Amino acid sequence: MPKLTIDGKEVEAGANLNLIDAAELVGIEIPHYCYHPGLSVPGNCRMCLVEVEKAPKLQIACNTRVADGMVVHTESAKAKTAQKAVLEFLLINHPIDCPVCDQAGECKLQDYYMDYDQQPSRFPLPEKNRKGKAIDIGSGVMLDQERCILCARCTRFFDEITHTSELAIFGRGDHNVIDINPGQPVNNKYAGNVVDICPVGALTEKEFRFRMRVWYLHRTASVCGGCERGCTIDIHHHRGRIYRFKPRYNSGVNSYWMCDEGRHSFPALQTETRLTSPLVQAKDQLVVEPWGEGVRRAASIIADYKRTYGGNSIAAVVDATSTNEEAFALKQLMKTAIGSDRIATLSWSPPGLSGDDELLIRANKNPNTRGLAALALTDGLDGLAAAVASGELKMLITFRADLVRAFGEEEFVRRFGALDYMLVLSTDANETCQMANQVWPIAAYPEIDGSLTNFQGRVQRIHAAFPPPGNAIAGVEAIARLGQALDGVDRPKSANAVFAAMASSEPAFKGLSLATLGETGADLAST
Amino acid sequence: MERILTRWLDIPDLRKLDVYLANNGYKAARKAYFEMSTDDIINEIKNSNLRGRGGAAFPTGVKWSFIPKESKKPVYVCVNGDESEPGTFANRYQFENDPHGIIEGILIACRAVGSHNAYIYMRGEFTVQQRSMDAALAEARAAGYVGKDVMGSGYAVDIWTHKGAGAYICGEESALLESLEGKRGYPRNRPPFPAIVGAFGCPTVVNNIETLSNVPHIINRGAAWYKAIGPEKSPGTKLVCVSGHVNKPGLYELPMGMPMKEIIYDIGGGILGGKTLKGVIPGGSSFPVLNKEEAERAIFDFDSMRTIGSAMGSGVIIVMDNDTCMIDMLLSTAHFYHHESCGQCTPCREGCGWIEKIMTEMEAGQGKIEQLELLNNISDNMVGNTICVLADSIAMPVKSYVTKFRDEFEAHISLGRCPFKTASAQQAA
Repeated sequence: MPKLTIDGKEVEAGANLNLIDAAELVGIEIPHYCYHPGLSVPGNCRMCLVEVEKAPKLQIACNTRVADGMVVHTESAKAKTAQKAVLEFLLINHPIDCPVCDQAGECKLQDYYMDYDQQPSRFPLPEKNRKGKAIDIGSGVMLDQERCILCARCTRFFDEITHTSELAIFGRGDHNVIDINPGQPVNNKYAGNVVDICPVGALTEKEFRFRMRVWYLHRTASVCGGCERGCTIDIHHHRGRIYRFKPRYNSGVNSYWMCDEGRHSFPALQTETRLTSPLVQAKDQLVVEPWGEGVRRAASIIADYKRTYGGNSIAAVVDATSTNEEAFALKQLMKTAIGSDRIATLSWSPPGLSGDDELLIRANKNPNTRGLAALALTDGLDGLAAAVASGELKMLITFRADLVRAFGEEEFVRRFGALDYMLVLSTDANETCQMANQVWPIAAYPEIDGSLTNFQGRVQRIHAAFPPPGNAIAGVEAIARLGQALDGVDRPKSANAVFAAMASSEPAFKGLSLATLGETGADLAST
Repeated sequence: MERILTRWLDIPDLRKLDVYLANNGYKAARKAYFEMSTDDIINEIKNSNLRGRGGAAFPTGVKWSFIPKESKKPVYVCVNGDESEPGTFANRYQFENDPHGIIEGILIACRAVGSHNAYIYMRGEFTVQQRSMDAALAEARAAGYVGKDVMGSGYAVDIWTHKGAGAYICGEESALLESLEGKRGYPRNRPPFPAIVGAFGCPTVVNNIETLSNVPHIINRGAAWYKAIGPEKSPGTKLVCVSGHVNKPGLYELPMGMPMKEIIYDIGGGILGGKTLKGVIPGGSSFPVLNKEEAERAIFDFDSMRTIGSAMGSGVIIVMDNDTCMIDMLLSTAHFYHHESCGQCTPCREGCGWIEKIMTEMEAGQGKIEQLELLNNISDNMVGNTICVLADSIAMPVKSYVTKFRDEFEAHISLGRCPFKTASAQQAA
C-alpha cells in the first residue's frame, strides 16, 4: 500500500483512495462539496484544493489518487487561501437566508464558513443574482436555485444511480441552474436521496420543510422496517416524535441510499391509533385494564386450556415485522411455558406498494421474514386454520400479526371465527384487535432494542429512540411477564439477554451477539 | 517569403480536388502511407519541432507519441476548428480555401496514431465553412482518399465534420470532446488525458486545424526544411490575425519570430488615422495585454512572448490606439468571459461575473480605488484553481490591465466618468 504524508502525518492508504478519503483515515478533514463517495468525481466545487509537493498548482484532493512518497499539505498558506477564496466565491451569489432555511445546522456552507473562512463579505448585497425559489420539482422535493452551489451531486445521482436523469444543469456561467426538463417533474422512488446528498439548502424535503430545526433532532441508529431490504438508517427524532429517516452507509445493504417508500414509512409508526394500555373485552366492548390484571387473566385462561385440552390447544402467530428477539422469545414461551409446538408466521405485504427493483426496493414489505426463517419459523397458518376447524385449537396469541387485514374479515372469520379466545399483542388498534378478547399494547420498532435480519441474511441492530407511548411495553417484556405468570420462571427482558439465549440455542445465530453487530450488522452463521 | 499555409492566395481554386492534386496534393499522404512507418511519421514531426497552433504550443509529435500503441480500443483524431478566441479568424479561411490540406493532414495524423476515425469539430457559426469542408470530403471520398481503403493502402480512415452550438468553451479540448459526445460542453478533469481517455472513452489526439495543415508540408519537404523557418524551437510560419486600429487589418502568414513592431507598422500599415499606439492584445483576448513599449520590443513567437509575460496564443494581434479606453476594453473582455464561462468550477463561475460587475462600475466612473486591489485579489483567487484555463483567461488580462493601465482606472474614479467619452455619450451608453 502506498505510504504518503498528509500534514506531517504518515498515512498508509489503499492505492485507489483519493486524498480526501486517505486524509480521513488519520482524522484530517479536507473540505469538499461536489465529491461524494457513492458518485463519480466531477471536481467542480474546487473546495478540496490542497498543496501536493512537486505539483506546480494546487490539486483537487478528490481527483488525486494517493501515491507512494506523496507529501500533501492541507493547511499551508496556499491551500488556506484557496479554501477561503472558494468559499467567498460560493457565497457571493448565495442568498444567505439561513434563518428560514431548513438546511441550517447541517449546511456545509455554514460549517465550512466557520471552519475555513470567517471573513466579511466583499460583495454588495443588492447585486446578487436572482434565480428560482421554492420550486416543487416533484416526488416531494423542493428546489431553491439561489441556494444551489451547482455541485451536481443531484444530477449525478439521477444519472448514475437511478439512470433516470430527471435533473440537469441549464444555462451557463453564474446563470447556471439545476432544473427539471420542462413539463417533466421528478417522478422517482429514490428522489429523497438527492435531498440527503445536497450539501446546502437547495433541495429540501417537502414533508420536512419548516417542521423542525435540525439541531433539536436526536439521531438513533436503526433499520428501516419498510421492506425486507432493511436499509441501515438513522431515526431523527425529538421528544418522542420521528421527523425523518435518513439512510446510513452500509456497503452490502443499501450503500448510501434508501427508497422514498421507506423514508416516508415513519408516520405510520406514530398514528393516533397507537394502543396505550391493555384492553379486555367486556360486553362486546374493549375496556382498559391494568397490565397486572391482564397478565393474570391471560395466564389463567391459558392454564385452563392447557389443563383441559393440552398445550397444543393454544397457538401463536408471529408477524415478520417482529424482531429476532421477539420471535425467539415467543417461540421459547410456547415451548417451555405453554407446551405448544403450534407457532405460525405471517409475512404479508399490503397491495399497492412497489415490487422488486434493481436498486433497493423489495416486494416483501416485512423486515424480518428471513430472521423468522432462521429461527425455523415458517408460515403454518393453514395448519392452524385446520386445527380450529377440527376443534383442536381453542386459543390464539397473535404477535404484531394483523390477521384480519391480511386475510380480509370474511376469510378471517371463516378460518379463525370458531376460536374461543384471542390474545392480541399489537402496536395499533387495528381490525384484529376488534376480534380479540384481550389486547396488549406493545412498542413499535423505533422504541425497542433488538435486531432484524434482512433478506440477504444480514443481522442488523436497532435501538430504542424513545419510550413507547402510554403503558405500551416492549414485546419481549410482555412475553416475559406472561411467562412469569405461567410458570414462575424469570425470563430475560433485555434484547441483549434474549439475543444471547438465541445465539446459544439457535444454530443460525451462533457466534453472534448484539454488542458485536456494530453499525452495519453481521451475517447469519452459514447453516 | 514563400506562402505555405496560404498558398491558396497564389493558386486559384485550391479548394478543388483536381487543382489540389495538380499542386502536389496528397503526395505527402501517399509518402506517409506507402513509404513511412508510423514511427517514421511521428519522428519526422517530432524532429520538425512543430508546436500546436491552438494556443498551448505543445509539441505535436510528442502529443502523437502519447497514444498507446496496440490500443484495444479505437483511436480517434479530433480536429479543433472551433476557432472561438476573440481576435482569431484564420481557421475559417483555411476551411474555405484549403480543405484538402486539412484532410491530408488528418490522413497523416490518423496513420501515425493508428486511428480510423476523425472528427472535425467546427465552430457553431461556421455554416459556409462546413459546406466547403463537406464538399471537399465528398470529393476526397469519391476519389478514394477518404474511406475504407485510403489510396489503395488497405487502411481505412473516415472523416466527419461536426458543428458545435457556439460556446467558446468548446474550443477547449476536453469540452470539445464532451460536446462531440453530445453532452454539455464542460471541460474534463485531467488526468486522465485525452491520449488515454478522450472521445467516447478512447485514446484521442486533439489537434488544431492550423497545426495539421503544417503536417503535409513537413512530410513532403522534411523536418530540416521546416526547422529552418523562424526560431529553431518554435519554427514554421504562423497565421497571424491582425485587427484593431491598424490601416491594413487582416490575416497574414508570417514566419515565426517576427518583431511585433514590424507586424504593426509595416505589415499592418501602421496605426489608423495617424494616431499613436497605446497597447496590443497578443495571442487572443485571454492573454495579458501589452503596453506600447512592450509591444514595440516583442518578438512574435511562442518562447519570446513568454519572456515578456504574455503569449503568442493563437496568433492574434489586436492593436489599440491612444484614444482607446482600456477600462472599456477590459469591461468588454470581462463581459465576454462572464458570458462564456461554462459555470462548472466555482472560482470561474462566480469570479467572472464579479469582475464584470466591478468593471461596469469602473467604466461608469463609480468605482473605488480599493476595488483595484479587489480585482487583483479576485484574479489571484481564480488563476490555476479551476479545471480548465478559462478562469486564467480573464484573470491574467485583469491583472495586466490593472498594473499597466492603472492611471486610466484612477482617472475614471477621480473624474467620476470615462475620460474617453463625452458626458452625453456616456449618458447614452
